[in-house]
Amino acid sequence: MAEFFPNGVWTYITGGALIGVGVAFIFVVTGVRAGASGVLTAALGYLSASPFIQSFRSERAWRLAFSAGLVVGGCAVALSWTAVTSEAAGFEPTGVDVWRLAVGGFLVGMGTRFARGCTSGHGICGLSSLNRSSLIHVIVFMGVAIVVARWIGPLL
Amino acid sequence: MKRLAMFFIGGVVFGIGLAVSGMTRPEVVLSFLTFDDLGLLLVMGTALAVALPVFQLFSKPFFGGDPEPFSAALNLRTVSGSVLFGVGWGVSGVCPGAAIASVGTGNWPVLVAVAAMFVGAFVQGKLMDRGSAATESTTSDPSGDPSYPRNAVRGGAPG
Repeated sequence: MAEFFPNGVWTYITGGALIGVGVAFIFVVTGVRAGASGVLTAALGYLSASPFIQSFRSERAWRLAFSAGLVVGGCAVALSWTAVTSEAAGFEPTGVDVWRLAVGGFLVGMGTRFARGCTSGHGICGLSSLNRSSLIHVIVFMGVAIVVARWIGPLL
Repeated sequence: MKRLAMFFIGGVVFGIGLAVSGMTRPEVVLSFLTFDDLGLLLVMGTALAVALPVFQLFSKPFFGGDPEPFSAALNLRTVSGSVLFGVGWGVSGVCPGAAIASVGTGNWPVLVAVAAMFVGAFVQGKLMDRGSAATESTTSDPSGDPSYPRNAVRGGAPG
């Protein structure tokens, strides 16, 4: 076990359960299966008259509210962690190269929107809906990401 | 307003989960992709163990109506999208929900990734406009993606 999980399993299990509770709560109350990447297009509606981008207008409010929740949730954990342990361990700024964040972010933004879902939309909501197309999307993006991170990324 | 508050609350819980599990740190995600720490599989597995039975068994939203149908299109365009997403995820270790929550944890360099995601989504929107303008003269969308032009009913797109 320790070989596969050198940092233990409990943070992963606790965090994963909370993620599940978050989407399940939204579904039970509103009937919506909330994914994260849609906000990228929906929020652009403030800036762009593009017909495609504007077609997300009716989803914009809830997607922004959901995203605001993600930020507040992340902030709550970082603040309480640093208050309890009086150190920022685990919440330091990432050491991943800025060019990787920029290039990767661009591809993630464009790709998830063409795919109409990301790790939450296809990964959690799609698989929880037993959707076959989502399963194939997850296999594709996870497979490609593993190949890139393992064998191509280190060469860049 | 009450409905929006529910999305916010669900988002807070989701964001806490992302931060507790370390998914807000690109390093942790990358260590899964290189098989140094398989934690991401546990995160996904536990999230599914909670959400799947709820999605399957629950059919009456408290706010009335029916659950919105889940549609995920499988065609050349959407699968190419997942390939691009995979490349970007593998290069950076960043995906949309985790990046947004990561900014909340004070991981400020991730703002670069979030800004770049908006640029990517903008380019995608423009390409969709061009694609639909090109196919308007013909009768149907050759990609077979029924999602665009989108109908007036809200929902459909999971992401």
